[in-house]
Amino acid sequence: MAKYLLLKHYRGAPAAVNDVPMDRWTPEEITAHVQYMEDFATRLEETGEFVDSQALAPEGMFVRYDGEGRQPVTDGPFAETKDLIAGWMVIDVDSHERAIELAGELSAAPGAGGEPIHEWLELRPFLGAPPTIAG
Amino acid sequence: MTTRVDEALLRSLTPSVLGVLVRRGADFATAEDAVQDALVEALRVWPGDPPRDPKGWLITVAWRRFLDATRADAARRRREDLTDAEPAPLPAHSVDDTLQLYLLCAHPSLTPSSAVALTLRAVGGLTTRQIAQAYLVPEATMAQRISRAKRTVSGVSFDQPGDVATVLRVLYLVFNEGYSGDVDLAAEAIRLTRQLAATIDHPEVAGLLALMLLHHARRAARTAPDGSLVPLAQQDRGRWDTESIAEGVEILQAALARDRLGEFQAQAAIAALHADAPTAEETDWVQIVEWYDELVRLTDSPVVRLNRAVAVGEADGARAGLAALAGLDVSLPRYAAVSAYLHEGLGDLAEAARLYAKAAQGAPNLPERDHLMRQAARLNAHRDR
Repeated sequence: MAKYLLLKHYRGAPAAVNDVPMDRWTPEEITAHVQYMEDFATRLEETGEFVDSQALAPEGMFVRYDGEGRQPVTDGPFAETKDLIAGWMVIDVDSHERAIELAGELSAAPGAGGEPIHEWLELRPFLGAPPTIAG
Repeated sequence: MTTRVDEALLRSLTPSVLGVLVRRGADFATAEDAVQDALVEALRVWPGDPPRDPKGWLITVAWRRFLDATRADAARRRREDLTDAEPAPLPAHSVDDTLQLYLLCAHPSLTPSSAVALTLRAVGGLTTRQIAQAYLVPEATMAQRISRAKRTVSGVSFDQPGDVATVLRVLYLVFNEGYSGDVDLAAEAIRLTRQLAATIDHPEVAGLLALMLLHHARRAARTAPDGSLVPLAQQDRGRWDTESIAEGVEILQAALARDRLGEFQAQAAIAALHADAPTAEETDWVQIVEWYDELVRLTDSPVVRLNRAVAVGEADGARAGLAALAGLDVSLPRYAAVSAYLHEGLGDLAEAARLYAKAAQGAPNLPERDHLMRQAARLNAHRDR
């Protein structure tokens, strides 16, 4: 089994095919979208492939150490960061192909007009623990 | 024959059993571990062999565990003086012990998250695993949080008077966490507040209990079958729990009659006025605004002023509501949502939609974000037509 992170971006990913901001959908389309995401997670729980799913607030800041006895330096929040992560799902699957298949399904979540969004999701494999039998 | 263990009974006995051990001279941290061991043992043994005197059983087992732990400790340190001593006679004032436990577990030296965890375990009788599940953290993390909390209060005398106000804040936090995992924290908070109200005569304890009961009564109506939030005005009032409302109102009235108003009583009074309205349109907003005025006087909280603006909008119109918003910090949580609602009331749908979308961006949780986004979508769809 291998773990993968499916990253959803507020900004920074290539534009989706059905790229209409959510406040321009109908309330029913929003409900259908939310339902799709929930059903997807439930289905992965049932197949034993779900690990975790979280959403992030859009605002954040950068923080760094500024030396002994000093307050950390902060920068932001930025109105127009190039790359902004919206949330993630962690899955534990048998193959890279399966991870791609699931990312594709998630990207098909319905948006405006009830049509799939075709949203670009970033797929990142985890670096796991070293194997017991190292070869 | 096996019977189901009455977990509620078991948990309700926890604080008095712990109190007995501490009165006998056990240190709080070790005694608390011993009681937790006894609870786990009870869950294992009672189904097949229920005791005639559950409390006596728990005290005996917990005391034995305490002695075992202390003996092991003492052997290690070659100190064997206290442990073989006969236990002191049972104290007559176990009710006071329960109150002392609440105060200790909510001691001001503890952070809120530590106080919450310690209260749920030492007073609530929940296991570390249950508490960890309820707060979605690993069990080892929760175990560390609890043992650090016990170390923090280890220097505090059990007889030292504490502050009931900190206990109420802890219980309020537990209630607000609601329901996640397999432990119903809202119900647990009500149980603990009810138990506290039985040990101390304090109008604000009663006020908090009433507030919890009145909000809990709406729980079934607050979420649609698909999980989305249903705002107060659109809730099916037939699904409100009338028994819980009646109890909350009765407790509140008795508390208010004492004429020692506090913030929880005032909040409960507002909840009671909502509960009292057969339909949303019949809500007595004028009286609700008066209670918000009291709350502003008691707390001077910007969040209260924000909520007051909504009530003013209902009582005197959206324009008056917006005027009540003036001067408040726009970065306050839910400011945009309130402003959106009032702009919709004013008929400025474009601005309302923009503000709802902005509010969705700043929403603190997903159901609220989805709800606000639906509001923006509803107004935009309406305008586009």
